[in-house]
Amino acid sequence: MPIEAWLIFLLIFMILGSIAALEIKDILSSIIAVGVVGLGVSLAFLFLQAPDLAIVQFLFEIFALIILVRAFVKKDYHQEEPSKINKILIGVTLITLTAIFILSISVFRALPQFGQPLMHIADHYLNQGILETGSANLVTSIILDYRAYDTLGEVTVLFTAILGSLTILRIKSRDRQKGGVTT
Amino acid sequence: MKSKDGMTLIVKTMTRLILWMIFLYGAYIILHGHLTPGGGFGGGVVLALAFLSILLAYGRSFTLKWLNMHFLEEFEASSILLFLIVGILGILAGGVFLINFIDHGSVFHLLSAGTIPLLNIIIGIKVGVSLFLVVYALSELKLEKGEDL
Amino acid sequence: MTVYLLCFVLFLVGLYGVLTKRDLVKIILSLSIMAYAANLFLILFAYKDGAIYPILSKGTESAVMVDPLPQALVLTSIVIELGTTALLVAIVVRLFQKYKTFDITKIRRLSG
Repeated sequence: MPIEAWLIFLLIFMILGSIAALEIKDILSSIIAVGVVGLGVSLAFLFLQAPDLAIVQFLFEIFALIILVRAFVKKDYHQEEPSKINKILIGVTLITLTAIFILSISVFRALPQFGQPLMHIADHYLNQGILETGSANLVTSIILDYRAYDTLGEVTVLFTAILGSLTILRIKSRDRQKGGVTT
Repeated sequence: MKSKDGMTLIVKTMTRLILWMIFLYGAYIILHGHLTPGGGFGGGVVLALAFLSILLAYGRSFTLKWLNMHFLEEFEASSILLFLIVGILGILAGGVFLINFIDHGSVFHLLSAGTIPLLNIIIGIKVGVSLFLVVYALSELKLEKGEDL
Repeated sequence: MTVYLLCFVLFLVGLYGVLTKRDLVKIILSLSIMAYAANLFLILFAYKDGAIYPILSKGTESAVMVDPLPQALVLTSIVIELGTTALLVAIVVRLFQKYKTFDITKIRRLSG
């Protein structure tokens, strides 16, 4: 079977899984459905010849699932029913999104065809990469030698986000006893 | 089924037996980042999962006695400093920030490709420690009345 | 072109979740779905028919390879998405401890 048939099957599976994740009322089932969507993305990366990305996507998605399940699965969790004005809002949103999708078909027709990318800079990386950097993994040579400055920025963003979440989770609020002052 | 600190005896014994294999696998992915797929980010998550298995199997109070959280926080913050020091050494040796200044060596060997394995190790340690600290801080919350991790 | 359109539909499903759901946990899950769709779209650009993965070994020194540049960019994006999700989870946990509900129409008082 050609690659495009596998990808269409995986994408339809992921769309059904994401619709199920939004509409199910039980919170553990919807978190698992989002996990299934992430696994489908990892399989699609394997079909598209990117093994680096498949490993990283799979592991990071499992970690996101661990954090979500630990924080939100509890006994007294219930959802509210949508009121009448909310139903009107859902209808308007659906019509707007369908209109956006129909108007964007002509935009997607102008993209290059699937399977023939325009590789202007990538030719230089593929031909000269191993001579200039000495590493056999070309994706690693791009992120750690040709564009190492972007990796420095990414490490900074990850550090800041984790630092922020650690600070928020560890505030011992004293405003219940003293009346207004927290550190 | 759950005792007060951690899981049952079978889980604790099996975790103690296979913990070094998870660390070894994470170190393998990090060190061979320039030869096989993986690299610093994937190996770092595997290291974080190794620490997390200790937290799940032995309970939070045992982990607090066994690992020093203050040391882990300072260790994570100093790995960013090491990244910047490697970059500044690139200015001193080659003239450009973060240039590959170590000798390349021969291809397909483990000690080749200059500063790439060094940066992989720094990134792997940083990602592993910080992700473990997030899950540890999340496990300090009390969900039900008096029930801990 | 069908593949690109289906990926855009996945992105629009996530966008629908962010716009219409009243539950904070469902909003976080919809943001994750949008991030997966965006990363997949970038890698769909880089596929070349009949090519193999961009890692050299002793036998594949002159084979045709896929584009390695979007793979490096998406690697960065996956890592940053995890940091964003962790920060969102921390904020929502604190909001629940203060207001005792996950409903965004009831969290309106900016006090404390």
